[in-house]
Parts: sequence; structure tokens; C-alpha cells
Amino acid sequence: MTSAAEPSTAAVTVLFFARLREELPQPRLHWPWSEAGTVNELRRDIAAQGNDWAALTEDLLVAVNQEMAGPEQTVKPGDEVAFFPPVTGG
Amino acid sequence: MLSDNQLLRYSRHIFLPEIDIQGQQALADARVLVLGAGGLGSPALMYLAAAGVGHLVVSDPDVVELSNLQRQIVHRQDSLDQLKADSARRHLLALNPDIEVDALPRALDDDELQQQAAAATVVVVGTDNFSSRHAANRACLSTGTPLVSAAAIAWEAQISTFDPRLADSPCFACLYPDSNEQALNCAETGVVSPLVGMLGSYQALEVIKLITGAGTPLIGRLQLFDARHGEWQTLRLKRNPECPACASFVASDTSRD
Ligand SMILES: [Zn+2]
Repeated sequence: MTSAAEPSTAAVTVLFFARLREELPQPRLHWPWSEAGTVNELRRDIAAQGNDWAALTEDLLVAVNQEMAGPEQTVKPGDEVAFFPPVTGG
Repeated sequence: MLSDNQLLRYSRHIFLPEIDIQGQQALADARVLVLGAGGLGSPALMYLAAAGVGHLVVSDPDVVELSNLQRQIVHRQDSLDQLKADSARRHLLALNPDIEVDALPRALDDDELQQQAAAATVVVVGTDNFSSRHAANRACLSTGTPLVSAAAIAWEAQISTFDPRLADSPCFACLYPDSNEQALNCAETGVVSPLVGMLGSYQALEVIKLITGAGTPLIGRLQLFDARHGEWQTLRLKRNPECPACASFVASDTSRD
């Protein structure tokens, strides 16, 4: 339906919830993403910026377009990807 | 049958068309197993007791310490050094002598967990580690008992409900693979007191909805609450067809339409 050439969709919106929102330099990112890749590839790309971004570790939970997703799930341009930490404790 | 006294006591439930006398009777006939009488278990137990759940079973191996009283409100100053299960039982019966409360002052091994889950209408888990949550999940899967799970740390919390009676319901292990123990716990990190109050109360609400059939429980949804900023997120959670915990129970439920 949508044109692949549309430049505004050649990116994903990345959200950080809970503790991550406080620990990372920004609560959300518009991250260039022109072709489909996996959640894990996206996470590693962002973490590769170093410093505080290294907090994006593989034990985080992930949702793609408000649905829980595994590390190998495909992320397409225009998707919304949210990362947040596991919680136990009562 | 509810007595005249019970009809009065629970009248504000009975006024609600989604609960009515039938729903209140279902609560009176229900048995709820609560794992952990801590920050989440305290308000969950208190609301379930006040709401007239006929039989509560409380399991907790710990003793009440001074640092618990900041948030574990079923326990009081005079509970210090008592077993949490016993302290909870005493205060729940003071709140509502109309109900039965069993205190199990121990961590349940797999056999006892299985027996208790089989006898329970709903299981509530609010313990502070993943291994006990996975054990509760396995017991609920094998006995077909709904599980209401919440967790809270610092300023953040998560809640979801899993119902193995439904073929497409995810289980706790679909959300959290049975591997990591890396998550923070309240004993080491701290937690803002009313946050566990909110989530434990929410667990009691889920239990009431499951027992009475009112509304839509959080099956297939994970909710996150960020208390710092007052924001909720609702995320869809599907059953993982490769989940090692629930995959073996799929076949047993194909008769459902
Ligand atoms: Zn599962």
C-alpha cells in the first residue's frame, strides 16, 4: 500500500519505557531503518552508539507496534519498537 | 446461600449488575491461592478478604521485618518477627471473620503447589523472584487454573493474567523465558510504597473479574505502569507456539469452540 520510496517511513520510532527511559539519553528515537531487519539488529545498532546506550542489553523485553515480540522478529520501516526491562519483585 | 448479614455486607457488589447475587455467591464459593504476603500480596489479600472471597490460602516462608512495614500493609507493628502467613491470616480475619483463611508459612514445593493450584479457583503471584513465578505458572498450566501475575520495582510495575482454560492464552513463560534471574528485586533496589498497593489491588480486581465473569480480564495483554510519569502502556501478548512451558498443554484444549 505505502510507497517504499517515501522518505518519512524509512525509519522506525523507538521508545524506552520504565527504568530505561531514565537511564538512556532520550526517551524516544527516530532511527533510520530503510529495510527490514530484526529486533536484535535494531537493538545492537542503537547500543553501538556506546556510553549509556550500552544499557540496551539482550535481556530486555520488546514490543513491536504494541505487541510483545522476540529478538528475531522482523522490524519494518514505519514500525514502533519499545524496549523495557523485566520486572520481578513484590 | 448468602445470609441476610452477607447480603448487607456485600450490597455494594450486589448493586453492580455485573456481579449481582450470583457473582457474590461465586466469590463466596471461591478459593484463591496467594503466593507471597508481601507488598503485592498484602493489598490483594485485604481486598479479596473484604470482597468476600470465601476461602483464601496464603503462602509465604518469611518473617515480618521492620523494613517490610513501609509497604506490606497486611502486617502491623505487632506483626514484627511473626511469620507473614500467620500475621496475614490474623489481620484478614479481623477485617472479615466471614471467610476462611489458611496460612502456609513455607515456600510450596512442586507437589504442594500442584495440589493447592488444583484446589484453587484462581492463583495470585506476587513473589520477589522468577523461579517461584515459573513454578506457579507450571502448576497453573497443569491444573488449568488462571494465574494473575504482577511485579513492581522502584517506580515501575507490570501486570498480566494467564488463563490456561483458553486455548489461545499465553502463559507466564511465553512472556518471560525460564532463564533470567537478572531482574532487580525490592530488597536490593527499593520500591515506592503505594505502587505495590496499586498493583496488588489490581490483582484483586482481576481475581474478582475472573470469578464473576465481569468485563474483560488482562488475558493476552501485558500492562506496564510508570509511576514516575503516571503513564500506562498496554501491549498485546500472544501465546508463543514454541514456549516450552505451555506447548505441551495445547492439545488438551482443542475441544473448546
Ligand atoms: Zn507459554
